[in-house]
Amino acid sequence: MTMATVEATAGRIGRVRYGSISRGRRKALFWSYFFLIVFVIFFLTPPVYMFITSLKSSAEISAATNPWWVFHPTLSNYIDLLSQNQYLIFFRNSAIVSVCVVAITMVISIFAAFALARMRFWGSATLATGVFLTYLIPAELLFIPLFKTFAFIHDKTGIELINHWWVLIILYPTLTVPFATWLMIGYFSSIPKELDEAALIDGAGYIQMLTRIFIPVAIPGIIAAMIFTFTVSWANFIYPLAFTTSADQLVLPVGIVTTLIRGDVYAWGQIMTGALLGAAPPLIIYAFLMDYYISGLTAGATKG
Amino acid sequence: MADVVARDIRVPVAGRQLSLHKFARRKSTIAFFMALPLIVIVACLVIYPAFYSIHLATLNKSMTKFVGFGNFEFLFRRNTFWMVVQQSVLFAVTAVIFKAVVGFIVAHFVHNLPAQGQRKWRGMLLIPWVIPPAMSTLAWLWLFDPSYSAFNWVFAHLGIPQVAWLGNPYWARFCVILVNVWVGSPFFMIMYLAALKSVPEQLHEAAAIDGANWLQKIWYINLPMMRNIIQITALFSLIVTFANFDIVKILTNGGPVDQTHVFATWAFTLAIWGNDIPLGASVALFMAPILAIAAFFILRNVNRRGNEA
Repeated sequence: MTMATVEATAGRIGRVRYGSISRGRRKALFWSYFFLIVFVIFFLTPPVYMFITSLKSSAEISAATNPWWVFHPTLSNYIDLLSQNQYLIFFRNSAIVSVCVVAITMVISIFAAFALARMRFWGSATLATGVFLTYLIPAELLFIPLFKTFAFIHDKTGIELINHWWVLIILYPTLTVPFATWLMIGYFSSIPKELDEAALIDGAGYIQMLTRIFIPVAIPGIIAAMIFTFTVSWANFIYPLAFTTSADQLVLPVGIVTTLIRGDVYAWGQIMTGALLGAAPPLIIYAFLMDYYISGLTAGATKG
Repeated sequence: MADVVARDIRVPVAGRQLSLHKFARRKSTIAFFMALPLIVIVACLVIYPAFYSIHLATLNKSMTKFVGFGNFEFLFRRNTFWMVVQQSVLFAVTAVIFKAVVGFIVAHFVHNLPAQGQRKWRGMLLIPWVIPPAMSTLAWLWLFDPSYSAFNWVFAHLGIPQVAWLGNPYWARFCVILVNVWVGSPFFMIMYLAALKSVPEQLHEAAAIDGANWLQKIWYINLPMMRNIIQITALFSLIVTFANFDIVKILTNGGPVDQTHVFATWAFTLAIWGNDIPLGASVALFMAPILAIAAFFILRNVNRRGNEA
């Protein structure tokens, strides 16, 4: 009898406590989902609104209808923009610049990171810290002296560096190389020493060690650094705005801002379409390589 | 980091130094040449311009005469300059605080979800960070449009008075900060989520047994465990936000009446459009002190982390 009561109470207490915890969890989960949905709405409103506007004709945009809905969807903005030579030139300039910058940055930073992480020379430790410090210097501080320097070079040698899209290939590495090197130093340092000792014993030179061991092992880091480099050079705004002005020398972000906004006339349908298409390459890369993207993001500030 | 690298390298070299002395010497030469392109780029395109801008700041407008601190004296006497200082500090500090708070909250909500659902939510929540800021700011500009603002349309239907988003100085400041928070908080979310994952579950279990509620768990366990990452992320973001250019440039271009200019946009306006390069360089130099302070703390933090590891 007593046993039964004890068991019953124990069972009840157990059940009651279990029930309350699971209810508590369910409640926590419910509120988590609720607030996450609120935040997702906040985070995704601008891109969704871009998409909505891109499907509207100018007549519908200027009519006082519900701006959050498309009543007569049309692809005319996309067709107009993609048949326009100008927009394709922006896209081409952006693509060439970004691909070149990725290639240059990766070559420079892989070699430098290997030297700094695994080989030692006079001042290498200081240099590693220095690389990190230069990463902190923003482009916003450098564009004025660089602008003046380029003007000076033009005066002295006659080489015109301002107002050419390819000058961005020289400029962007200032933003990407320090960070990519920093990231690669982190990845290379995490490779066990036994691997390169084994390679040395087998008679590999340093270049072989780098190409046969370090690069294959650090592929995730290299991909992360490439994604970072590509995104930075695709998105940069201040350098092209300061250094390029003619319509055929612009890259995407500046091209959209300066050519589609004519005086006070805003062609909003086309601007949103252009911005959405311009945002597409980084978004597509992100969609497929999200894990590398995130590992690069977190490694940059936490590793080291 | 530097310490780690140095120590990591020193160990094997010291062991082999006697027998492979010549080899080590050759190795350092190879290493130097491998790092040479990096050194050249950093020296020519980062270090040199940084010092050159100090030199530029001491010249007169036509860059023919040395004027010492003349540009700075001129700036200190202008009201616009003090307004820019005030707005830059207000902008950077407020935006970083809000980014950190939003990132912290969202990271906790995502962390609460069952493990298999987290990826999807994390993927959606990081989108503002992935879109180039210049492009997404255009979307915000259109959302804040004076006559077609989609927010005002909603407000009109809810009976809330219309807002002149970018026309009124106070609202314009609010909008600039809002867009910055929108762009930046996903980064904080990702960093804090990574930090949250490294907090051992046992600590939470022990706290639960001791009867701690969720707020106490966050305050006494998560915050101290994440302190380092919170600091580093905030410092990084402070540098980037302090030097922000694209958002302010596209959204308000400093207007209405220079009320939303920050250092970078004002320097750009003075140097490139106003054709007064020395004055622009002087304004841009004001970004340097905050940079130095942040860099000092980040390095200290990073080194301490290196020594702990």
